[in-house]
Amino acid sequence: MTSLKEFTKGFVKENPVFVMALGLCPTLAVTTSVVNAIGMGLAATFVLVFSNIFISLIKNLIPSKIRIPAYIVVIASFVTIVDMVMHAYLPAIHKSLGLFIPLIVVNCIILGRAEAFASKNNVFNSILDGLGMGLGFTLALVVIGSIREILGAGQLLGFNVLPETYKPMLIAILAPGAFIVMGLLMGLMNLKKKK
Amino acid sequence: MEFVGKILFMAVMAIFVQNFVLMRFLGLCPYIGVSKKLDSALGMGMAVIFVMTMASTFTWLIHTYLLVPLHLEFLQTIAFILTIASLVQLVEMIIQKTAPALYKSLGVFLPLITTNCAVLGVAILNIQSEYNFIFAILNGLFGGIGFTLVLILMAGIRERLERAELPISMKGMPISMIVAGSMALAFLGFSGLKF
Repeated sequence: MTSLKEFTKGFVKENPVFVMALGLCPTLAVTTSVVNAIGMGLAATFVLVFSNIFISLIKNLIPSKIRIPAYIVVIASFVTIVDMVMHAYLPAIHKSLGLFIPLIVVNCIILGRAEAFASKNNVFNSILDGLGMGLGFTLALVVIGSIREILGAGQLLGFNVLPETYKPMLIAILAPGAFIVMGLLMGLMNLKKKK
Repeated sequence: MEFVGKILFMAVMAIFVQNFVLMRFLGLCPYIGVSKKLDSALGMGMAVIFVMTMASTFTWLIHTYLLVPLHLEFLQTIAFILTIASLVQLVEMIIQKTAPALYKSLGVFLPLITTNCAVLGVAILNIQSEYNFIFAILNGLFGGIGFTLVLILMAGIRERLERAELPISMKGMPISMIVAGSMALAFLGFSGLKF
């Protein structure tokens, strides 16, 4: 039962984006469309799961003084793998995510989970934690991405979902829209938490 | 004369038109995290300007004289993040020894900068845009100035927001995001600048 909890806590209760406000840069930058959001979310999930596995395996070998640089090297290696795989097999998404794939290295969610969870727990729970947090991150990206794509282009996953007469609000796809949508969603989360 | 013009163009681009925080979504964590007080915002801003300039310098040198001749470009992400991490550590130690007063005001911010994505971002952007040595350094410097500018503006606004009457669920993070959105809207106006 506790294992199940490790898995599901990332979805809503400890959602890394809405509740803990971690990893804001990619969240706002790549959510111009749902496809980008899914690509980024899955890439980060992959890195999160594998870095959690590795750090959990070697946690007893790393002296605590140099643990952060050691974690960063592990994370950077997996980010490099993701970068090269996406470049080879998903060139379109790789191009639109651009700079933000190498920047997964400095995504605070991944380092945060390594420090707060994987360095203290066994491999199995670390996998579940990484998977749950990664999917929670993906979920948050997809929610923001859907809102911005529907408002800003009248589309969802590239299909028209709103009637022809709808005039797209371009602002939702541009930079300011990202901040405003995010702010309103965080406010909604707070409102729900109080009830 | 042409050279000076190019530098000016670059300054305006990096500070206003392509502002790192509001337009490129880099360095959002410190932007939201350290903008509660004006003086800590100023300290963080100075530290970021310094580290971004240094990081641009060293990562450019490492890329051009180490990674390219050895055909190790795929190690870019790992090499850069390690360079930045050790650079920050080194700077911290040097400042602590030589200028204790400066260390007192900047010290707490320095470790945070390693995971500031604006620093790694500017290093990768310099390589992607194929800047030469001088322009890579200047890009780091101007990028840092742009970051500091919006950080200070934000801190000024947030000090006043403390006293504003807001719905409780919008207090703190949510309203900060919306303020950032309106600021991004204002900065969008600069994109009309033509040279």
